[in-house]
Amino acid sequence: MYRYDEFDASLVKDRVDQFRDQVALRISGEITEDEFKPLRLMNGLYLQLHAYMLRVAIPYGTFDSRQMRMLAHIADKYDKGYGHFTTRQNIQYNWPKLDEVPDILRDLATVEMHAIQTSGNCIRNVTSDQYAGAAKDEIEDPRPWCEMIRQWSSFHPEFSFLPRKFKIAVTGAAHDRAAIQVHDIGATLTHNDNGETGFTIYVGGGLGRTPMLGKKIRDFVPRAELLAYLEAVMRVYNMHGRRDNLYKARIKILVHEIGAEEMIRLVDAEYEDIQKNGALGLPEEEIARILNYFAPPAFEPLDETDTSYAEKLNGDLAFANWAKTNIAEHKAPGYAIVNLSLKPIGDIPGDISAEQMYAVADLAERYSFDEIRATHEQNLTLPHVKQSDLYELWQKLTDQGLATPNIGLASDIIACPGLDYCNLANARSIPLAQEISNRFADLDRQHNVGPLKIKISGCINACGHHHVGHIGILGVDRKGKEYYQISLGGSADENTSVGKILGPSFDEHSITDAVETVVNTYLGLREDGETFLAAVGRVGLEPFKEALYGTD
Amino acid sequence: MAGKSNKTLPPQVLTANQLFDGDVVYWREDGTWAQDLPDAFIFEAGAGIEAALVRAEADVEASKILDPYMFAVSIDEGIIHPSSVRETIRAKGPTVRLDLGKQAA
Ligand code: SF4
Repeated sequence: MYRYDEFDASLVKDRVDQFRDQVALRISGEITEDEFKPLRLMNGLYLQLHAYMLRVAIPYGTFDSRQMRMLAHIADKYDKGYGHFTTRQNIQYNWPKLDEVPDILRDLATVEMHAIQTSGNCIRNVTSDQYAGAAKDEIEDPRPWCEMIRQWSSFHPEFSFLPRKFKIAVTGAAHDRAAIQVHDIGATLTHNDNGETGFTIYVGGGLGRTPMLGKKIRDFVPRAELLAYLEAVMRVYNMHGRRDNLYKARIKILVHEIGAEEMIRLVDAEYEDIQKNGALGLPEEEIARILNYFAPPAFEPLDETDTSYAEKLNGDLAFANWAKTNIAEHKAPGYAIVNLSLKPIGDIPGDISAEQMYAVADLAERYSFDEIRATHEQNLTLPHVKQSDLYELWQKLTDQGLATPNIGLASDIIACPGLDYCNLANARSIPLAQEISNRFADLDRQHNVGPLKIKISGCINACGHHHVGHIGILGVDRKGKEYYQISLGGSADENTSVGKILGPSFDEHSITDAVETVVNTYLGLREDGETFLAAVGRVGLEPFKEALYGTD
Repeated sequence: MAGKSNKTLPPQVLTANQLFDGDVVYWREDGTWAQDLPDAFIFEAGAGIEAALVRAEADVEASKILDPYMFAVSIDEGIIHPSSVRETIRAKGPTVRLDLGKQAA
């Protein structure tokens, strides 16, 4: 796995020391909140409803047991014994004290972690496929490229004061698990006809107030030119992006206003310019150096299917149910990708206790080449587990409450922190997720319903990705009361789409019934083997509207 | 309507977050800050709000508190009820973790 080189380490340390001074000045009153706020945001520190919140980056969602133990240590020592995994492959702590934050950042730095680029108008923490380096359908591991982007964008003077925050996602597989079309830039690793590696580039995707899908602006950028090309996109954005209106400042608005054609023309012109100056071509040695960090672990040569695993599947129904949803196919024969659900029935999506974090660290070390992934669906992944270890691992996960067999099912709900914590929220997200999860607790029922992604945001900022939920739920405020608006048909995979709003919103007492009505309506009209998403695509919103609001 | 009373205004409470830990605080009659809503001063019919906000602003400048503002409440048998879900949650803590925040104390 990638380790900071010395340059990085000293930069991070300087940043922590600097922030310690800034916090001291703030507490003594020598600087005002107006002066301090941008500084704390640059270090991932927000003010929420009840306390400060610290957001810690997990670059492209990859971390190891040492880092997980540090996250647990921080939860125990400085916070209230838990953390919350977000849809940005970050972890948030909800109760840090201002004067202790520099100590937290110092502790994080000892395991090469930090809170830089988790906030502010910069290029944020690059996200990726949680199955990177493991997925059977993968062309190549996207993470080396995430890392190169991270190094290029960290502290890049030209890109520290962009018109708005900027999010990049990279994937290396045919099936998109990184939602690249709802990012400012999405890059898909691909091979051209000559078998060379490069990237297809999408720009201008995003959720929030004005959801938009990214437009493809280049079929193939050779891998050595990736940063040069991204630099061209960033320059166009920096020059033409709107700074006069917060709501129009994202690159998606620029692309929408000038059109994809014009965007391509501007980017191509910049790109040519950059190429003329010969800058930013990645030398092959540098590519090789970074690729080397992500060399696959030493997989044992194994049979495609382990016989003991197959026997256990036949012999233990609870295990088989778990394996059915929580395991994905691995590229190495005899291995599997294991998903740890952070969505126990009726519990808080994404929350994890310090004790569980320690347990996951131990299990990753023992069973998964010391690798852990955070997913944008608020779960965790152990990417490289031997099939012959699955049964034992499942038992240990069960003991920790981390083996709920619901990945991709109705109770695997994404929910942002919402009004229970968030200062910007209109309505609560978590209690609604809990209620829906309880409503669909029965596993047979969940299996009958099939793949269903329910995503809940407490306000239009869309941290819960409601626009791309098969069922999306948005919290709205009506005179200080919580209401919820349902949309259907959103999706964030390789066929990304934005959901359509069904109709008038529901209050907190009727929203779960409404969701259940939607699901039951689907069950009544689906054709053989048709998923929820496919059914909505076929019949549209009408039957659902009728079921919810009647025919008038 | 500066300083004047306004019968149509609901009762209000002045709140802020403490600089040190972000904890929610409420304005007391003596100009200090209370941790708990029952200890808050109730501004009836808009009276005294402007003067209190001026003093709160001084506490912002003294780096004690952040973002002071008023919110509407109703009073039922002497108990203060915030008019919005948001302020109810601020007064107690997360509704999904009753062991955390003010409600846990
Ligand atoms: S979607 Fe809104 S309520 Fe939810 S975490 Fe984001 S800003 Fe807060």
